[in-house]
Amino acid sequence: MQAVTQATTEFVKQNWAPLVCGFVVVAVLPLIVGYVVLVERKIMADMQARLGPMRVGPHGLLQPIADAVKLLIKEDIIPDDADKLVFWLAPVLSVGAALLAMAGLAIGPAFQIAQGINIGILFVVGVSAMGIFGIVLGGWASNSHYSLIGALRSSAQLVSYETAAGMALVCGLLFAGTLNITSIVQAQYDQGIWFGLLAPVAFFVYLVASIAETNRAPFDLPEAESELVAGYMTEFSGFRWSLYFLAEYTNMIVVASVATTLFLGGWLRPFPRTHWLDFIDFLPPLLMVVIGVYCLIRVPKQPVRVQQLFMLAVAGMCFAVAVVLAAPMLGPLLKPSLASAMKPFFEGIHGGFWFIFKVGAYIYFFMWLRFTLPRYRFDQLMRLGWHFLIPLSIINVLLIGIAMIVGQYFDLTGPSLLLTTIPASVIALMIALFILAVEQKKEPQQQPGAATPDSYA
Amino acid sequence: MLDQVIFYFFAAIAVVSAILTVTRRNTVHSAVFLITALLATAGIFLQLGAEFLFIVQIILYVGGIMVLFVFVIMLVNLDVAVRQLQFARQKWVALLISLALAAQVGLMLWSTGKMPGQGVPVLSAVPADKLPPNSEEVAKSLFSSYLLPFEIASVLLLVAMIGAVVMAKKRT
Repeated sequence: MQAVTQATTEFVKQNWAPLVCGFVVVAVLPLIVGYVVLVERKIMADMQARLGPMRVGPHGLLQPIADAVKLLIKEDIIPDDADKLVFWLAPVLSVGAALLAMAGLAIGPAFQIAQGINIGILFVVGVSAMGIFGIVLGGWASNSHYSLIGALRSSAQLVSYETAAGMALVCGLLFAGTLNITSIVQAQYDQGIWFGLLAPVAFFVYLVASIAETNRAPFDLPEAESELVAGYMTEFSGFRWSLYFLAEYTNMIVVASVATTLFLGGWLRPFPRTHWLDFIDFLPPLLMVVIGVYCLIRVPKQPVRVQQLFMLAVAGMCFAVAVVLAAPMLGPLLKPSLASAMKPFFEGIHGGFWFIFKVGAYIYFFMWLRFTLPRYRFDQLMRLGWHFLIPLSIINVLLIGIAMIVGQYFDLTGPSLLLTTIPASVIALMIALFILAVEQKKEPQQQPGAATPDSYA
Repeated sequence: MLDQVIFYFFAAIAVVSAILTVTRRNTVHSAVFLITALLATAGIFLQLGAEFLFIVQIILYVGGIMVLFVFVIMLVNLDVAVRQLQFARQKWVALLISLALAAQVGLMLWSTGKMPGQGVPVLSAVPADKLPPNSEEVAKSLFSSYLLPFEIASVLLLVAMIGAVVMAKKRT
């Protein structure tokens, strides 16, 4: 027993940094997810020309906490006919898979829980795909038709879109030549171009497939509220329901991070090797200062004194972040001897900023689509997946591979590789569209009402 | 030391959930325990430093096959399955075969230290950071020394896939 304790302390001593990161992720993620939800509601309100949550805190800034408290003290109902064990297990599985996938991600060169794992991106994709069990088992265990149909739809959707997403990832990995997340970003730095620009079609396929995989609108068939109440979560209430919710939003962050790492240059700032554009480094602290000043201007307009104080606190926080972002840059300006010591701090902090910025942009795109597009019908969804995205992604991998060989033959590297990969992508897109057109011509157009009954729909 | 603790932890989970997979009456519960057993095996792979094998185990077995398996379970009438006979009555044959298997494994373990070149090969331990990156190694050996078996397996899978499509296609 003593040996075990000793070994454990040894282990903790060696790996304290990833352990702390892990605890932080598990502890802070629910809060982040809460604020992502708030941002989503605010964006939705903005797009629909209304205000959104305004009551709790200034501009509804404390709404997530109020929501969390509400969910925690809600009555927890387990249906009589439910399978108790599986009903308990399902949400936990969903959240566990989503949180575990976060372990493989790297936010900046320094912040990664499972550091330097060789399988990097494969780990993230494989583990997050396990969340499907939570959905299928939850739908089955509720012993309700709505739930079961929602779960079946969800698994059919995930299985079909995972193929396309995987093939799109393969395209990016061809350029990177490695699965390790740090090396992928390093490869984009070395080649001087984001892989999303080298393989735009692959990025597009991953974008669409990742929306479908996270069950977001316009592909949120599993929880189509007009026909299925809430799909697989119909029977879940209170805290269990919020676990599913947490898993869904964590999955969104995970797919956004994977796309950012592989296609959008990870934690690199735009044009990382162009030195006359170095002023871009000053933009992050400047942005935070601008937001802080705006908050200060808004302070007198808050109706209640508490809200004024809270707004002041938000402004202070923005300034603090600005100082943290600016410090590693201003330090060397004042004292040149600090330059080399500050470099890792600079890379870590600014890398974190750019990574979160890109992930945020990706998630904003998700929300934008959600409030813009109407929901697909289930057979349309399956047609899009099987008749368009999967052929497109497979042809794209093939042609991008050929383009890379041709590029090697002519000694093209970095941005000049665009000369071969862009035509390849365009040809892939045209072939896929041709296949789709031929398929549609062959099948007589069905009336929506007379659609053949689908076992999943 | 910690390695051993982790190994026995995962091994115990794997064995217990494998037994539960066979003995549970409810098919879905069996499936859940099968997932647990496969995950525990993946954990052992990870503990041995075989990262690639670990993730392949999760993606292929736990991810791919289990999703299909769950599909089948959804379409099977569980109430009928519960009332059916769970085990075939071939106790003595089963006992004989498992005894023979146990004897073989025991002999192998016993002969490991005794006879050189026999039994389980004992390799000297390599520190984990000295291991070559194993996804690259797997790819190299697949595409050089084992190219023919790899291609045969691919063709077999392709045939199965085309067969499934042909059989599932509606006759018009």
